[in-house]
Amino acid sequence: MKAKIIITPKKAVLDPQGKTVQNALAHMGYAGVGDVHVGKYLEIELAAGDAEAARKQLDEACHKFLSNPVIEDYKLEIVD
Amino acid sequence: MNFAVLQFPASNCDQDALHVLRNVLGHSARFVWHKETSLGAADAVIVPGGFSYGDYLRTGAIARFSLVMQAVQAFAANGGPVLGICNGFQILCEAGLLPGALIRNRSLQFRCEHIYLKTFTAQSPFTNRIPEDKLLRVPIAHGEGCYFADEETLRLMKVGNQILWRYVGADGQLTDAANPNGSVENIAGVCNAFRNVAGLMPHPERASEGLLGSADGRLIFESLIHALETKTVIAKAA
Repeated sequence: MKAKIIITPKKAVLDPQGKTVQNALAHMGYAGVGDVHVGKYLEIELAAGDAEAARKQLDEACHKFLSNPVIEDYKLEIVD
Repeated sequence: MNFAVLQFPASNCDQDALHVLRNVLGHSARFVWHKETSLGAADAVIVPGGFSYGDYLRTGAIARFSLVMQAVQAFAANGGPVLGICNGFQILCEAGLLPGALIRNRSLQFRCEHIYLKTFTAQSPFTNRIPEDKLLRVPIAHGEGCYFADEETLRLMKVGNQILWRYVGADGQLTDAANPNGSVENIAGVCNAFRNVAGLMPHPERASEGLLGSADGRLIFESLIHALETKTVIAKAA
């Protein structure tokens, strides 16, 4: 099993990296590019077993450690 | 007084902090390695600057789960004073000992320069010796020093008088130009509701001797010593 986690800055948090990438894309000539947000992607290998239990565990890990709830949101997916 | 200066892998301002406490201010200070489970006879804890754990995942995110932080949490819960400097501030925010978080500087630049701090309250163990109108000239050296807290948190912090220092210009004015990292409301340092834990991004340990260009930072350490000596802040035995 594998956990796929996407961590993104909260909307309320200024994302200067995202802004910089957006400006660069515009300068490079890509038309119609709007807001860009730069986040993090984690892949965690898991031992085979109960997907629901794994999800609960990882949800806690995401909330406590892998993301900072003050400034980040996360999306967690468990795949085979 | 006895000071414990924490050391995590890749802390790099621990020696300067110890030097100021021991050699400049004449107090007892020792390093406490991140794997230690006890702070010993510490009266106060300093969480120094650096790049603990390479700032991996998020700055301060891994240090915050170090073994020694359990002792620090207990120490703080018992009223013991804890001061986080730069990476130390980041660690304390990650640990939930201080509100808010530090993110990448708005300019995306690593800013290494002297700034001016205005102290917004003398009612804390970290500011009680700072004269009201005195601006502190202290160096910063950080890439992720932009303080963020949501509206509700900021509101509560203001009610609690928890904003200790803000970046100002040489004329004492709060301006965007004086803000080196985009921090909300130019916030440079804060304390918790109980006022025994504080953090700031600038480095007072690099401004405690005139030889280094400014001795203003010394006032922060002197405030802490004063609070300890007058027992205004004291860790109850666990």
